[in-house]
Amino acid sequence: MSERFEPVIIGFTCNWCSYRAADMAGMGRIQYAPNVRLIRLMCSGRLDPTFVIKAFAGGADGVLVSGCHPGDCHYIEQNYKAMRRFYLLRKLLAQMGIEPARLKLLWASAAEGQLFAEEVTKFTEEVRALGPLNWNPEAALLSEQVLYRQPAEVAA
Amino acid sequence: MTSNGKPKFAMYWAASCGGCEIAVLNIHEKILDVDANFEVVFWPVAMDAKYKDVEAMEDGSILLTLFNGAIRNEENEHLAKLLRQKSQILVAFGSCATEGCMPALANLSPLEELVSTVYSTVSTDNPENIHPQPTYKAPEGEIHIPKLYPIVRTLDQVVDVDYYMPGCPPESHQIAAVLDLVIDAIHGKATLPPKGSVIGAGGSTVCDECPRKRDVKTIREFKRIQNIMLDPEICILEQGVICSGPATRSGCGALCPQAGSPCIGCYGPAEGVLDYGARLLTAVASVIESKDPQEIERILEGIPDPAGMFYRFNLGASLLRASKAAWAR
Repeated sequence: MSERFEPVIIGFTCNWCSYRAADMAGMGRIQYAPNVRLIRLMCSGRLDPTFVIKAFAGGADGVLVSGCHPGDCHYIEQNYKAMRRFYLLRKLLAQMGIEPARLKLLWASAAEGQLFAEEVTKFTEEVRALGPLNWNPEAALLSEQVLYRQPAEVAA
Repeated sequence: MTSNGKPKFAMYWAASCGGCEIAVLNIHEKILDVDANFEVVFWPVAMDAKYKDVEAMEDGSILLTLFNGAIRNEENEHLAKLLRQKSQILVAFGSCATEGCMPALANLSPLEELVSTVYSTVSTDNPENIHPQPTYKAPEGEIHIPKLYPIVRTLDQVVDVDYYMPGCPPESHQIAAVLDLVIDAIHGKATLPPKGSVIGAGGSTVCDECPRKRDVKTIREFKRIQNIMLDPEICILEQGVICSGPATRSGCGALCPQAGSPCIGCYGPAEGVLDYGARLLTAVASVIESKDPQEIERILEGIPDPAGMFYRFNLGASLLRASKAAWAR
């Protein structure tokens, strides 16, 4: 590729820790990959897996799910629910052909701006290496397909 | 209006099993009301009719068409478009037409793999390696079979649909109620719901109709139905067997859980659910009783096929629709 592929990454952050980590990264003028588009939720436990699936179906190349460290959840233990859903969702997405490395779980406290920035940059490079996802099932219907192998080909 | 003055009725099966047709016949004597109020002009499973007869009809001349089955091949698509053109009310009838159902599970695999599994695997007795061909030159002339499409679609991914009637198959009492409503509407005694409505089903979830006792859900191990003696009164999900009740639309009366079997989700997504699998996954994963990533992953080994489990009926209508292997070229 002559032009460098810039992955589109959707990042879900929680109001209390990871969004503030991102804020901290910004206030500290820490340089990191600009590919992630952050969406703030009140809690990672609010993250309906539908959001992640919709992001991939709508053109995202990677999705970041982030929240408070285990044990630190503002809502006591909702981030554990996010964690359980994350592992099951990742398994399901792998079956659909979405590589596990396109979905990342990151715990970041409000003080971890540096960590947040580093992890986003690392994740961006990992997704860049995987290439574009370009989710588009309709594409299958547009191309002229060889739907059946000729018996001669099978024999050969 | 026809020669006998009655409005016309049609029913068609595309990629389906025939269970929807049986469910319609299971309305028993109510079928006589259908005959009394409609002229059945096209219903391949019940009467002889040719596609050219339908093609010759005036556009919009069929009042009600119940279309069951998903869109798997060229013929399915042709009939979907034809019946849309000829019908005033087109109902996506049953799970295949509304959300893809079992046929759409084929969307997890490339078409070549499916065809090869059917015609070439070791368990297949096909010594001459015969594969179906879209065209074949016979001495009498060239003959055709419809081309298979690489992915299975729902009816509304192909044509505009007026109403959705879920179920695999729709429950007969729900079918009877819908037919009654249409008949009443014909006689000016009722009005039809707004276009796009889900008809013949409830607005809540299967759990809401389920009489089993619910308490706190915590799961340490997922069990398969064949490996456990289910308690007849306690919530099936609480016993570690995945039950689709929390994500599934009500309307069946929670028949399966009452018969000692988990809900498998045939009534499709509950009201307001955008992606059925995501909703069910959320409900199931949240109650895993562990805070340790390794242990969670180990417990999740009890769900060997999440895509098949969570999208059993809904893959065709899900946000992702098909695995990348099936659509990417």
